[in-house]
Amino acid sequence: MGDYLPHTEAEIASMLGFIGLDSLDELFAAVPEALRISGGLALADGVPEPDVLDRVQRLAEANIARSDRLVCFAGGGAYDHEVPPVVKALAGRSEFVTSYTPYQPEVAQGVLQAVFEYQTMVARLAGLPVANASLYDGASALVEGVNLGVGVTGREGVWLSAGVHPHWRAVLATFAAGTGHQVEVVPLVDGRTAWPPLTGGSGAEVDRPGVVVVGYPNYLGCIEDLAEVRRLCDALGAVMVVVADPVSAGILRSPGEQGADVVVGEGQAFGTPLGFGGPYLGLFACTLEHVRRLPGRLVGETVDSEGTRAYVTTLRAREQDIRREKATSNVCTNQTLMAVTAAVQLGWLGTSGLAEVALRSARGTRYCREALAGVDGVTPLTAATPVVREFAVLTPTPARTVVRRLAEDGFLAGLALADLVGEGGDGSVGPEQAEHGLLVAVTERRTAAEIDAFVAALDKAVRS
Amino acid sequence: MSEPGTAAAGGRAASAPLLGNMAEPTIFELSQPGRSSWQLRTTGIPEWSVEELVPAEHRRSDPVPLAEVSERDLVGHFTRLSHRQFSVDLGAYPLGSCTMKYNPKTCDTVAGLPGLSNVHPGAPAALTQGWLELLVDLEEMLCEITGMAAATLQPAAGAAGELTGLLLMRAWHDAQGEQRRRVVIPDSAHGTNPASVTLGGYEVTTVPSDERGCVDMAALRSVLDTDVAGIMLTNPNTLGLFEEDIVPIAEAVHEVGGLLYYDGANLNAILGVVRPGDMGFDIVHMNLHKTFATPHGGGGPGAGPVAVSPRLVDFLPGPRPVRIAGGATSGAGPADPGVRATADPESGTGDLRFGWSVPPHSVGRVHSWHGNALVLARALAYITVHGGDGLRRVAERAVLNANWVRTRLSGVYDVPFDRTCMHEVVLAASTLRKQHGLRALDVAKRLLEEGFHSPTVYFPLVVDEALMIEPTETESLQTLEALADALERIAAGAAVDDSFKAAPRTTPVRRVDEARAARTLVPTFDARG
Repeated sequence: MGDYLPHTEAEIASMLGFIGLDSLDELFAAVPEALRISGGLALADGVPEPDVLDRVQRLAEANIARSDRLVCFAGGGAYDHEVPPVVKALAGRSEFVTSYTPYQPEVAQGVLQAVFEYQTMVARLAGLPVANASLYDGASALVEGVNLGVGVTGREGVWLSAGVHPHWRAVLATFAAGTGHQVEVVPLVDGRTAWPPLTGGSGAEVDRPGVVVVGYPNYLGCIEDLAEVRRLCDALGAVMVVVADPVSAGILRSPGEQGADVVVGEGQAFGTPLGFGGPYLGLFACTLEHVRRLPGRLVGETVDSEGTRAYVTTLRAREQDIRREKATSNVCTNQTLMAVTAAVQLGWLGTSGLAEVALRSARGTRYCREALAGVDGVTPLTAATPVVREFAVLTPTPARTVVRRLAEDGFLAGLALADLVGEGGDGSVGPEQAEHGLLVAVTERRTAAEIDAFVAALDKAVRS
Repeated sequence: MSEPGTAAAGGRAASAPLLGNMAEPTIFELSQPGRSSWQLRTTGIPEWSVEELVPAEHRRSDPVPLAEVSERDLVGHFTRLSHRQFSVDLGAYPLGSCTMKYNPKTCDTVAGLPGLSNVHPGAPAALTQGWLELLVDLEEMLCEITGMAAATLQPAAGAAGELTGLLLMRAWHDAQGEQRRRVVIPDSAHGTNPASVTLGGYEVTTVPSDERGCVDMAALRSVLDTDVAGIMLTNPNTLGLFEEDIVPIAEAVHEVGGLLYYDGANLNAILGVVRPGDMGFDIVHMNLHKTFATPHGGGGPGAGPVAVSPRLVDFLPGPRPVRIAGGATSGAGPADPGVRATADPESGTGDLRFGWSVPPHSVGRVHSWHGNALVLARALAYITVHGGDGLRRVAERAVLNANWVRTRLSGVYDVPFDRTCMHEVVLAASTLRKQHGLRALDVAKRLLEEGFHSPTVYFPLVVDEALMIEPTETESLQTLEALADALERIAAGAAVDDSFKAAPRTTPVRRVDEARAARTLVPTFDARG
């Protein structure tokens, strides 16, 4: 019974008369009779909004792993960062929420300018001169970064560090089935990528990858040596793609400063809720040299016919609606609202706030890491020491059990590595580490009291 | 029937002030060193210095320069930006192919429920049963609406759905031991179709439209052979016309072993009337941000679920949310042999009703997590409010509105294919251009002055000076009348003088110099001269 349709019966009759038809069914005369649904869809009839809200609320109540009920120590690309009311209020304005892609720039200056500011902020975080208007998520940004690199070098080979998020590696593999990219996963040793030695053996030319991808920090929280990766890329003539954590940028040297050609990442941390994994925000930045291969939309500054500053989507000849099968990417709809949200959140944090979030996350990480190290039987998973807001430990009982038990005590303890990499492990961890590995994230929202209680609960859980 | 202009139109935004003609400074220009607005929780954690935490070789020497503004400045800035932005909430948005219908506020409430928005995507199934049930329910609804067997909810937008569908096509042919190289698309297709085909590893073969605006059957037959992996079709097509030959098209494609891909951009026209599955399609993507009213956010997020026929179910991306038959935990349910353990054997999750399953021949994961989940939740609420009966009314009213506009403006603008259209009508300004120099672009800019968003212009490519109008079902007759009046005024005015060239004159900025933006690229504040 519920709908949002304005038509009165009298209006429908008069409109049909105006068109010259006798019934609404006649509107569909072009649809072959045999194909038409007889008796309607096998869906329940409509119900009023309040009933629908009640029903969805019941589903929502059935979710236990909520960050407002369980103290969140889970990360893995989805983080429980502070989102202040002011950001929710501004990003939730209906002018931003209910507009389409800015095809008519004269009435879309609001979104266009916000995205221009977002692009500036992302470029500064990455340490590169240009960033696009967003992609779907971190994984899709990675895929586009690799596509760009292969396009630049003309070589299909990709060396992909196993320190890149396992799900993102899986997405890259999925799309490589279409593009034909040859992805070789380079394993981690003690938490850092063990790149193949650069001995100029015979036949090396054939196997030279066009793209090298590394995480910074990697998904286990360890900081990779980007200078080494730059040297590798120089020797190989490969494009260097860095999967960077944008919050860590608050205290770590930027990837661009260390030679990255392309920086991709997940921007959920900037104002977007956990939301069961989406919608999130794919970050993409690159050097000016590659701007004509940039995937997706790009906003540029210009002027209007009276010389007033204005913004518009630009370098449009790269895009699918103009270039069609020769486009640099097929992306059309992106995550603009999340990009606007990130611009608001980064505006709220500002220069000192971003540094403070990163610093507090690093402090919490150290505090939690050291406290967990005091639990009997808990050991660090990596020899390298994670720094910023994520680290992995081995628990004496399987990590899935730890997560389940701690949920009863009010904590989402982290992510069991087996849930990320599979029970057999992968190039980042072995089967034993997969079973016992727990990935723990500590953001600036975690207090000493929460961490103390969490560690005490974990201590109890692994002893019982 | 009310006389045109006698009743006020709820969808006309000409009263909006869109204040001022000055540019809004960027947030970087509002910045004052030392100012800030952030406030973070008191943690009680030791305040180690950054030098004690980060090794020198990795440590940043200076903070990332961002803006430094007060909360009041932040609110002022983004509120003013919002006032420089057209939106559905402000007025009618007849942008063809984009289905800019009203977005119910209830769906915002749904997406904001803490029990949905605060859930971590990596939490085990036992802790996220509500989300899993919601996703399974939505998948079942979408399958009923499209007439398909199962769906993946992972693709984040329509183009992501297209590429996922093409990978399904590839995986299917691989499983048959076949290597096919070509995908057929009509010349009226959206640009994402050919771009996705390339990324799917196929070559594009274009077929022309016939004089009726539909796929030219003879041309199609001439390109079909066993090298064709499939065809991508939008139905109704981008001319707003139903492909009446869809059954012979499906038969011809299936005859050579190809698959049919349905681009769901125009699904709104046929809800509850006819289903892609019944037309013979094997793969269907939907744009939930169009058909099911999830707001478009200035360009995204969307959601592009892909539904498939029974023979393709085993190839779907995974993991998929599934009902667990008989409440079994892992690996066991006869209905879903692929359900994997979501918790360890001792976890006591034997009563779980929902879990995750990886299809046996899955093409793999296509999203970091499970798709744009909060968008999916909005769509579920929208579909539930409407129900099967309401969705049919949506399609009827959308098609009724488009045909009213077509009839009303026939004779004022060219109507290249003047017969009953579906949810949108493609008009053209070619005659007006010849007579008075009025181009589709000028019409678009003039319409902004009249308080309406512009139609889609210069698409589809097969129509000269195209004006693609999709009123959607949520606009009233009074709004359509005001829109048609405005379009008539624009055409009549062009016969008097060429002041249309100066449009738009009432918008926050005047006509924007797009060529300069490309010629002198300024993609960031730092690139300004």
